[in-house]
Amino acid sequence: MAFITANWNPLGEAFYRKTELYEMCWNIRDGLRDSLVAAAPYGGPIALLREPHRRSPSSRPQLEIYSASGVSIASFPWKSGPVVQLGWTVSDELLCVQEDGSVLIYDLFGSFKRHFSMGQEVVQSQVLEAKVFHSPYGTGVAIVTGSSRFTLATNIDDLKLRRLPEVPGLQGKPSCWVVLTQDRQTKVLLSNGPELYILDNTSCTAVCPPGLSPQAGSIVQMSVSFSYKYLALFTDTGHLWTGLSHLQEKLSEVDTKKTVTPKQVVWCRRPRSQQPSVVLMWDRLLMVAGVCNDTIQFPIEDPCVLVGELDGVRIISSANQELLQEVPLVCQDIFKIASMAPGALLLEAHREYEKSSQKADEYLREIKEQSMLGEAVRQCVEAAGHEYDPSTQKSLMRAASFGKCFLTDFSPDHFVLTCRELRVLNAVRESSVGLPLTHTQFKQMTLQVLTDRLVYRQFYPLAIEICRYLKIPDYQGVSRVLKHWASCKVQQKDLSDEAIARAVCVKVGDSPGVSYSDIAAKAYECGRTELAIKLLDFEARSGEQVPLLLKMKRSQLALSKAVESGDTDLVYTVVSYLKNEMNRGDFFMTLRNQPVALSLYRQFCKLQEHETLKDLYNQDDDHQELANYYVTASYREKRLEGRLSLLQSAVDEYNKAKNEFAAKATEEEMRLLRFQRKLDDEKGAGLLGLSLQATMEALLALGLHKQAEQLYRDFRVPDKRYWWLKLKSLAEKEEWDELEKFSKSKKSPIGYLAFVEVCMKCNNKYEAKKYVSKVTPEQRVKAHLAVGDLEGAADAAIERRNESEMAAVLSRCSASDRPLIDRLNRAAAAKK
Amino acid sequence: MAAHLSYGRVNLNILREAARKELREFLDKCAGSKAIVWDEYLTGPFGLIAQYSLLKEHEVEKMFTLKSGRLPSADVKNIIFFVRPRLELMDIIAENVFSEDKLHSSRDFHILFVPRRSMLCEQRLKEQGVLNSFINIDEYILDLIPYDGDLLSMEYESAFRECYLENDQTSLYHTAKGLMTLQALYGTIPQIYGKGDCARHVANMMLRMKREFAGSQNQILPVFDTLLLLDRNVDLLTPLATQLTYEGLIDEIYGINNGYVKLPPEKFAQKKQGEASKDLPTEPKKLQLNSAEELYAEIRDKNFNAVGAALSKKAKIISAAFEERHNAKTVGEIKQFVSQLPHMQAARSSLANHTSVAELIKDITTSEAFFDNLTVEQEFMTGVDTDKVNTYIEDCIAQKDPLIKILRLVCMQSVCNNGLKQKVLDYYKREILQTYGYEHILTLNNLEKASLLKPQTSSRNNYPTIRKTLKLWMEDANEQNPNDISYVYSGYAPLSIRLTQVLARPGWRSIEEVLKMLPGPHFEERQQLPSGLHKKRQQGENRTTLVFFLGGVTYAEIAALRFLSQMEDSGMEYIIATTKLINGTTWIKSLMDRPESQTP
Repeated sequence: MAFITANWNPLGEAFYRKTELYEMCWNIRDGLRDSLVAAAPYGGPIALLREPHRRSPSSRPQLEIYSASGVSIASFPWKSGPVVQLGWTVSDELLCVQEDGSVLIYDLFGSFKRHFSMGQEVVQSQVLEAKVFHSPYGTGVAIVTGSSRFTLATNIDDLKLRRLPEVPGLQGKPSCWVVLTQDRQTKVLLSNGPELYILDNTSCTAVCPPGLSPQAGSIVQMSVSFSYKYLALFTDTGHLWTGLSHLQEKLSEVDTKKTVTPKQVVWCRRPRSQQPSVVLMWDRLLMVAGVCNDTIQFPIEDPCVLVGELDGVRIISSANQELLQEVPLVCQDIFKIASMAPGALLLEAHREYEKSSQKADEYLREIKEQSMLGEAVRQCVEAAGHEYDPSTQKSLMRAASFGKCFLTDFSPDHFVLTCRELRVLNAVRESSVGLPLTHTQFKQMTLQVLTDRLVYRQFYPLAIEICRYLKIPDYQGVSRVLKHWASCKVQQKDLSDEAIARAVCVKVGDSPGVSYSDIAAKAYECGRTELAIKLLDFEARSGEQVPLLLKMKRSQLALSKAVESGDTDLVYTVVSYLKNEMNRGDFFMTLRNQPVALSLYRQFCKLQEHETLKDLYNQDDDHQELANYYVTASYREKRLEGRLSLLQSAVDEYNKAKNEFAAKATEEEMRLLRFQRKLDDEKGAGLLGLSLQATMEALLALGLHKQAEQLYRDFRVPDKRYWWLKLKSLAEKEEWDELEKFSKSKKSPIGYLAFVEVCMKCNNKYEAKKYVSKVTPEQRVKAHLAVGDLEGAADAAIERRNESEMAAVLSRCSASDRPLIDRLNRAAAAKK
Repeated sequence: MAAHLSYGRVNLNILREAARKELREFLDKCAGSKAIVWDEYLTGPFGLIAQYSLLKEHEVEKMFTLKSGRLPSADVKNIIFFVRPRLELMDIIAENVFSEDKLHSSRDFHILFVPRRSMLCEQRLKEQGVLNSFINIDEYILDLIPYDGDLLSMEYESAFRECYLENDQTSLYHTAKGLMTLQALYGTIPQIYGKGDCARHVANMMLRMKREFAGSQNQILPVFDTLLLLDRNVDLLTPLATQLTYEGLIDEIYGINNGYVKLPPEKFAQKKQGEASKDLPTEPKKLQLNSAEELYAEIRDKNFNAVGAALSKKAKIISAAFEERHNAKTVGEIKQFVSQLPHMQAARSSLANHTSVAELIKDITTSEAFFDNLTVEQEFMTGVDTDKVNTYIEDCIAQKDPLIKILRLVCMQSVCNNGLKQKVLDYYKREILQTYGYEHILTLNNLEKASLLKPQTSSRNNYPTIRKTLKLWMEDANEQNPNDISYVYSGYAPLSIRLTQVLARPGWRSIEEVLKMLPGPHFEERQQLPSGLHKKRQQGENRTTLVFFLGGVTYAEIAALRFLSQMEDSGMEYIIATTKLINGTTWIKSLMDRPESQTP
């Protein structure tokens, strides 16, 4: 156990340890001297620009990109202008801030992506210093120019430049400065000699750190913690002030007794830190200064670079890389010499158990007596997470597993999850992968980001393995990896379209959530249209294929895909696109091959373009629809001549469509219109537009019997309907004699009950009664009842010996009709 | 407020809540006070999702109807257009926006498309030069609207017409999308059955969409066991017949719109004691009809002839309950009585309302005209003289009865005869054209296209076979205590529901022959469930089927399905979904062409 604490150094109540992460794989001749170095947090990549100030064109500086373990990823001569600062974005892109204020963005593999400028005025004044920072909004860049002005961009993906107000009395660059993110605002804190200023969007405020001794001198170096919460200031008299970054509270002040300005000052904290500290680096010395005024000193031989992390500081030298961190409390509890913490006892118990010693039982008993076994297991599991060395992890996990055996109702989730995550972490920490993440960092960055990072580095198989191992749903895990892979694959220039399409299809298959159209869009972006089309073929969602196909001018294909999707709006979209793009003939031909699209277009035309509709029907020789079209059009036409000629066209088309009935009916309509106009002209009858029936009705009402008669014959109106019409018309006009004459003109096709009922409706019982006798025997009862002749109805019913008719009569009788009721009842009884 | 949605086997309130949440989220996106400009068609359906109070809570201060010209002035920060994606509406919006800019410039515009965004419409707005005036353009996916505890409707009026006349399958796309949303909330439906071309198309789209979203596997235990998709054109007969259930008759006579009916006010005059009812209300009486009203839930699906008895029984119960007060002696008893008072009073007013409604309906159903019409319908359905010109129809035409009534009867005769003899058909058509005007040639054309009206092509009429096999006519239908679905039409058992019933037991294999006679393919699909979601059915637990009527469903059909759900030995619960709630009149109306109204 002693060897685990061997590298622990006490600082106040806490301990700090330095763990070696890697022996660097790189081989740098001159170490890190004279180089511009940027190493991203969360075990990110390292960029190195050697001798950035060498300007002769014959020997350009070399820009090199390494993984955190020093494996070379890219290396190329720097051909652009002088670089002031390098930095990494949250998505592993390299930012190179040039003297002229332009910022060049490269991907991890050193290929140029894009650039932006920090403002035109910077070209003149030049960038003196720059900083790349991270905030909840993304990655930002801050510069200070030769004219002593600061400019900020809080998110380079959504570039908005903010020029900060002038700092009074500032000449050239300040002695030191940092970018702070507070209250959703980005500010700059800077020192100029003895002065300290906060610079925000609108103002420049002089501030004074509380409790800084007046004799401390002016601030020459400063550092803000990973979370922007804490601030450290170093003065030229060697005083180190620490406090909260809003400058309201002081934590401590340490006299380092060093008057030389440290090369780097970095906060070293961890979540729930017991003893946060600041790491200061000079040429040959590394000092850890705790809030408690204690310090630890480490000699260093090589120039190093410090990288602040969420839970520690990485120290990169040309030879190796170490992690300096406060030992987590749980690890202290377990490994501290003579610790009696439950986890420590459990670890001991397990060790004895492996040795088959009965002491194991004693230890266990001791834990159990305090009912601390659950806590012991939890401690071991947690501590394992914090340990970097796999064998230490294993012994802790084994102890936890051993302890778990004696517990009932203990959820294994934490144990299992930690096991899995540790396996993943150990895999990505491998030197060949080079992501030295701690468990705390991993939890903070989330698995999703880790997979992204692996994918940026093109560790596709490992990323997939990890997703599968952690049982991440495909569309969040494996599919995302495959998507990146495929987008990268389509850019490989040395492979044929065919080979790439096949490769993509084999790997991606129908993985959920991978959009072939996205991959195809990427291929199209790289100028590989054929490949894009091949890839689009694999896309299951037809809807997704359409926009890209249109973009690639494959409109016919787009149309059939739109139809396939069933989304009619999409079809309409393609159709309207085609309409603008093609000549009319081709457009119609294209639609002809797509019946669904054609009928949708027809719908569109019905509402918007009547004329086109006609052309469409014409093209298809659809005479029936064409005829309907003319009929519809005829009703829009105000002039009768126009109407007639449209109707004539309709007749012709109906004939061509072999729709004899419709042709005849339309001819009839024309005849009627002509007739109506004639009469309107002659008699001012106001008939135009009435139906045939209404016309006859109007004629009868006007007393134009002859003309009505003529229509009746000409249009072969069925007798029945005509009789009804005439009957009602005469009754309404109360021409009773005419009516009687009419009833006798021939045998009524509608019978005579109708006469009875119509007369009754006109309240003429007298006339009604005239027709009762003519009614057929079946309807006679009804007729008698209609005129209210119960007596007659009863007679008829009894005569016909019809029970239901008798019942009908009975139902109309009132109490006063006693004799009648009796008669009917008798008759009914007789029948039974 | 919408508790009645959650009483059923499937809690449809989940769907409503999801819809409300989405609405709130959209409203909150437009910060500040707002006015909504409504596509008038949407107000009804939206009423089923959210009342004005919800809108008000989210700072909606004014509501207008979308119409061309200038927007009414309102002192609000945001103007939001709630519209269906239709080109003609885009033109109106453009006009609104244009005339607005000259006056103020501080109001923000937004569009909410219901049920889906449309590139075509956005293109049109762009052409009109107003697209950039909108801060938010969003879609509100409202496909299936919960209507009642067991009923969902898309309220897509033109669905049948578009599918069968215009070959426009937009409604089917929305249907498929709606079913996907439903599955996202209620789990994947393992079995899909269907009959008809549209059903096939919807099923195909659903399976395709499922493939497209293969990754996001649904981890919800399926609520529905089966989905049955039925084309309306498989059963053209049922909607033509006059519905004889209470709710069906209300709809036939007065029309139910988005769960509300407007009734003639006379019978609802408040008669207060000692006061002569001198001023009769002139405004139509508006009643909401859904299962939240206990009495209505009880009688809505009864045959109308059984409603009277049910009402008087209820009346006795209620007055007995009120009589209780005389028995209440102790303070506790009185207290209990008083606590029940509100409920009893609600029941009493509900009883009064429905007694009035029933009286209104009875006046009509006891008329000779109603009886004659019904007699002819029943003759057709039983196959009496369907091949000849029918005297009653002839007389009705001569009397110039409403055209839709004539069309319903003629179509019914045609359907029951598997087409009419050319001579008979031409006779009817001539009669209609001469009486009602030649312009109806377009409507007749449409009816023929939809196969509602057709010439007999083969001499064989297969309707009698279908009727006998599926037992579509039951001689002794029991209206009071029904034992078969045929009670909803007093004898006729709706074909669509028979198909549903047979599917549950003994299965469609037993009626292969009949299925072949009906139009369109019939099919069965299975959707794979993720392992672990297979239901372990409890002994005696009912299965749940979602029956989707593509092209509309009638209240009588719904009643028949509810009857099947309640039958003790059916073992099946039905949830009903449709593109639109229809009756014969609204249905035929949707198929009519009126040339004069087509002028742009």
